Amino acid sequence: MPEPTLFNFIVAKEDRTVTVERSFEAPLDPVWDAFTKAEILDQWWAPKPFSSRTKRMDFKVGGRRFYAMVGPDGQEAAWQVQEYTSITPKTNYKYFSAFADKDENLQLPGSNWDLSFDAANGRTIVRITIHNDSLERMERMIEMGFKEGFTMGLEQLDELLASRRSA
Amino acid sequence: MDRLSLTFSALADPTRRAILSRLSSGPASVNELAAPFSMSLPAVSKHLKVLERAQLIKRGKEAQWRPCELKAEPLKEADAWIEQYRTMWEERFDRLDAYLIELQGKKPKK
Repeated sequence: MPEPTLFNFIVAKEDRTVTVERSFEAPLDPVWDAFTKAEILDQWWAPKPFSSRTKRMDFKVGGRRFYAMVGPDGQEAAWQVQEYTSITPKTNYKYFSAFADKDENLQLPGSNWDLSFDAANGRTIVRITIHNDSLERMERMIEMGFKEGFTMGLEQLDELLASRRSA
Repeated sequence: MDRLSLTFSALADPTRRAILSRLSSGPASVNELAAPFSMSLPAVSKHLKVLERAQLIKRGKEAQWRPCELKAEPLKEADAWIEQYRTMWEERFDRLDAYLIELQGKKPKK
């Protein structure tokens, strides 16, 4: 019997941190690639019905991934920048994430992401910590990330789920 | 600021969380709320104003004895946000699972 999938999701309002932990039934290499290669990230990162379109990605310290959220109509709806601050191959990487305009101008503040990868017995555990330095950042993450980026998507998702339920 | 931001903003302070925690066991006056903290009444009143603006508490009308009371509705909204955010992560990881399974050739052949 395979081990059950690990999934932990913890929101600590007091230190403005979100921690997400998940196991994948795959070796370390493909999981690391799925998180660090643009063409793979674009296949699974964006919340439905959005898709993500990476316009530029330079996976090295100081490098950036600049990507757009693309709506079901094919229009780019929101842009984000992830700037890599630390990379330990197949172990950990960190980046600063912020929303941006279509010309890649950052809309500060943003949040700091820390992603760790652990392999054991053919499965890989990914641990993600998203930290907002200040309350303003947390609010901004909620307001911009959630409201503009996700609420729109979630409303469409609700419709989709409703139509599935009634089907 | 929208309501959710007001809620998070109000919850960000440990004193305010302690006040809410005290109020979860029943209404209290400003004096009673101030007692466990080494704070002046005006300082406590300031915190209460923030909580009131976030609609996390309701204050009585009586001029002298204005008991504070906890209101849970905004907290539920904040939880709803967290729940949606959690769902987004679950679905994101399900998509990654699907990709990894396909990659490893476990997908049934067409």
